[in-house]
Amino acid sequence: MSWFKRESAPLDAPGEKRVRTEGLWVKCDGCRQIIWKKDLDQNLNVCPTCERHFRVDAQRRLELLFDDGQFEVFDNGLRSTDPLSFVDLKAYPDRLRQAQAETGLSDAVINATGKLDGRHIVISAMAHNFIGGSMGAVVGEAITRAIERALQHRTPLLVVSASGGARMMEGIVSLMQMAKISAALARLDDAKVPYISLLTDPTYGGVTASFAMLGDLNIAEPGALIGFAGPRVIEQTIRQKLPAGFQRSEFLLQKGFLDAVVHRKELRPYLARALNFMAAAA
Amino acid sequence: MRARRKEPASDAAVAAGVRYAAELLGQQAQAAWNMVSEADGQSDSIASHAQRELEQIEKQIAALDAVAGSNQEARRQLHNLHQQLETVRKQIHAHTHAWRITELARHPQRPYMLDYVQRLFTDFSEIHGDRAFGDDQAMVCGMARYHGEEVMVIGQQKGRDTKEKLARNWSMPNPEGYRKALRAMKLAEKFGRPVLSFVDTLGAFPGLGAEERGQGEAIARNLREMARLRVPSIATVIGEGGSGGALAIAVADRVLMLQNAIYSVISPEGCAAIMWRDAAKKDLAAEAMKITADDLQQLGCVDGIVPEPEGGAQNDHDEAARLLDVELQKQLRALASLSPNELMERRYERLRSLAQFFEG
Ligand SMILES: [Zn+2]
Repeated sequence: MSWFKRESAPLDAPGEKRVRTEGLWVKCDGCRQIIWKKDLDQNLNVCPTCERHFRVDAQRRLELLFDDGQFEVFDNGLRSTDPLSFVDLKAYPDRLRQAQAETGLSDAVINATGKLDGRHIVISAMAHNFIGGSMGAVVGEAITRAIERALQHRTPLLVVSASGGARMMEGIVSLMQMAKISAALARLDDAKVPYISLLTDPTYGGVTASFAMLGDLNIAEPGALIGFAGPRVIEQTIRQKLPAGFQRSEFLLQKGFLDAVVHRKELRPYLARALNFMAAAA
Repeated sequence: MRARRKEPASDAAVAAGVRYAAELLGQQAQAAWNMVSEADGQSDSIASHAQRELEQIEKQIAALDAVAGSNQEARRQLHNLHQQLETVRKQIHAHTHAWRITELARHPQRPYMLDYVQRLFTDFSEIHGDRAFGDDQAMVCGMARYHGEEVMVIGQQKGRDTKEKLARNWSMPNPEGYRKALRAMKLAEKFGRPVLSFVDTLGAFPGLGAEERGQGEAIARNLREMARLRVPSIATVIGEGGSGGALAIAVADRVLMLQNAIYSVISPEGCAAIMWRDAAKKDLAAEAMKITADDLQQLGCVDGIVPEPEGGAQNDHDEAARLLDVELQKQLRALASLSPNELMERRYERLRSLAQFFEG
């Protein structure tokens, strides 16, 4: 009878939402329904049954946000120079090459510019599938350049976070990116250019502790895991189980650290509405 | 045996013999390195054992040198072996160096923030609380006089005994600690006083309450506000500079590091657990992450290194404070000559050009 037990066992660990097969259908970890991939794609990668938001990659994210999916990329193609000559079980340059081959990206972010509801906007979208979306010198520089571009043209900025945090293989260099980006954001803030931070599943560590929490508005998709320390580290520190829903976007909303949790279908209208509020009065 | 002695060995035989011996010794040297690199804990004693082994190998090389005579091929073999030995020696040194520094940075007798405050300042008046949640004793803030000038002092404070360690939460601040620090900095800005911060933390506290109260937001806000604070700021890493929890009081005009302090994105143990899936590989991780003051200066991430008394700051708190005083005075004088606008421009340039390691 053990298979019955398995059926009623709790769902997979938080954060496990990735597509399970390469085939034509996928299984939703939220409701365990089998979904035709095509249906999922047409539904903005949100489960039609339970509304679970599947992760989307950076390219698709940009297509979903910009008007007609049209945008121009800029300052892409930057590559890490492996400042520490870092080797753990594998050499960092090998990890980079592998991630580049798998994703077609040079690092964990895409900068793009285009229109949202007819307004010019700069969007930086992080790529969680590139070494966990971790932030090293390239991500730091790319996001700083996106901020500078927004400042220069007085164009609103949206950064879409999806990151495990710092890139361990760049050590202190990774940490310094937090200071660099935050300094650039201070200038953007001084100039009263709108900056909206969209936190998606997952956003952690040095990304949460810098630009992801510094928006004029900080918004998140439903069910996204967001935090500073990872749940395992916290459990080891306090030696107790974490409450259900801990570090989900709804939890952060309740604690007062998000302005809104916005369904993927509602993102464009929400952003358009916010940008209208933030546009300088004529 | 006796018969062979009389005949001089042929060149080929000498070369082959030396090659065989050199190979064996090379393997021994490699084994010595493996012993160190695979050691879990107590790496210091293992490393000195390995160094003794290398000395033995060195002696045998000297003996082989006599055998090789003028045989070119044999000499080349020995030369290569010698170089291999040097490499292993350097590897062993590097491997243990960063961890040795880590242990100094965490030394229980090392001067803590308030030990420096006591020696460097007069009229220290602590200010408490973040005006929202509570008073985090892991973070100490206060008004102080430094060579006659009013300054704001901020820093993480470790505890000496169990009771104080507990009260200070092992110098791992909660969000209210960072918010108190920011409040202190804004107060300094309002009245035109420089901010001197002292960094000594394993990191921001990874607790349930810390997450509920927005640890990430508190750190992020400090980074942005420190970047645009309109008064001079100097941050000094006096012990452990642990990740975002350290940076949250270390975005400054000048960042200094004590000679035996460390500054890193994650603790060596944490890095080892993630990257090597084995926390015991902490010395490997310490080396790989480049966390010493010398490493950070080479990477352009700190502006100066403050020397320590012989053997480390724990040996002489007064002298450690005196050496820090010299450097702080020098840096503060340089900053005092700048107008607020110049100060802001230069700070931005410094932050903007930090850690630029990319191409394309
Ligand atoms: Zn579902």
